[in-house]
Amino acid sequence: MQKKIRSLAVIGLGIAVIAFSCQPNVSIQTAQYAVNGQKLYQTHCQNCHGAKGEGLGALYPPLTDTVYQRENRHRLACIVKFGLNEPVSIHGETYDGPMPGVPQLSPIEIAYILTYITTRFGNSNDNFTQEEVKKGLASCK
Amino acid sequence: MAGYRTPYLPVCIVALLLSACTGRNNKKLPIIGEREAVERVVDGKTVVDTLYHQIPAFTFLNQDSTIITDKDFENKVYVANFFFTHCPSICPTMQRNLLKVYEKYKGNDKLAFLSHSIDFKYDSPSVLKSYATKLGVDNAQWQFVTGSKKDIYGISEKYLVYTKEDASAPGGYDHQGYLVLIDQQKRIRGAYDGTNEEQVAQLFTDLEILLQERP
Ligand code: HEC
Repeated sequence: MQKKIRSLAVIGLGIAVIAFSCQPNVSIQTAQYAVNGQKLYQTHCQNCHGAKGEGLGALYPPLTDTVYQRENRHRLACIVKFGLNEPVSIHGETYDGPMPGVPQLSPIEIAYILTYITTRFGNSNDNFTQEEVKKGLASCK
Repeated sequence: MAGYRTPYLPVCIVALLLSACTGRNNKKLPIIGEREAVERVVDGKTVVDTLYHQIPAFTFLNQDSTIITDKDFENKVYVANFFFTHCPSICPTMQRNLLKVYEKYKGNDKLAFLSHSIDFKYDSPSVLKSYATKLGVDNAQWQFVTGSKKDIYGISEKYLVYTKEDASAPGGYDHQGYLVLIDQQKRIRGAYDGTNEEQVAQLFTDLEILLQERP
């Protein structure tokens, strides 16, 4: 019995530590951007990419590939605004879309959404700024 | 004080469990749609039969380019819906939820699934096949079908689901995301919004009840 309680306590502590470390060192601004982004994500993206960014089968890719997000950070704004229709490799699986864009989103809204997905589903600690999004959009192909 | 209160909780829980159990045993799903009383004469006596709304006979082409008819669903319970493969709005959520039902009952030959594409222009059998495979459907229990505009839109009315070609709707088609539960006599026994968590949970519950029902 004693042993059981002790091991339960250890497990509980472990969960608490993990929960805390999941809450990365994000600034207040980043946290605010992510909160705003969550609502927009639910409206425009969640149907395909899932509530946890898990995707759906081989139809819609997960938004949890941090390597992809880091390497393509400058392209993400274009993907959100204009969609994507080319093979992409996510966690080693190939997806080939197409994804429709959401052209009516403003740069600040795109910054909110991208902050949300890269900090909650990815492991980024930094928010996207409006300037970064505008710069990204200027280079869309 | 504390001694007074504590016994109530377990009593309540037991009462709740009991009522939940009896409730389930008696529960029968409604039969949905218009009904008609028909008189007929049996051994010189007049008896009244109730005719319920039924899904009529149908013929469609499935994801393997094979003809699928109502006969393939004979003596089965099935869940029907209307979607299209490049639907950007409600379909992904609806199909994600229906996939959970499919995965739970995979291999159970009393239950089938029937998704009708309302995009008769683009969703050919090969497009449907690729969609089904990518969704994670790899057996004949879940059929994805296409047909003429008249046949697909005509049958959607029989399932009491609204569908319409509409250039102003996302993806070009307007439709409702209902998952429609059909019994072994082709009668509608429930309709659940496939984008609503609570209603999908209700579908899971009702499906169990319907599968237990003796036809
Ligand atoms: C209709 C379904 C659908 C919607 C809605 C959708 N996506 Fe996508 N998304 C896809 C598909 C399919 C791909 C793969 C595209 C390809 O390979 O051409 C994709 C790819 C992506 C990618 C790159 C690959 C990856 O997994 O990281 C990102 C980032 C992304 N989507 C973000 C979003 C965001 C943000 C939104 C909301 C603004 C959104 N998507 C809305 C279907 C969708």
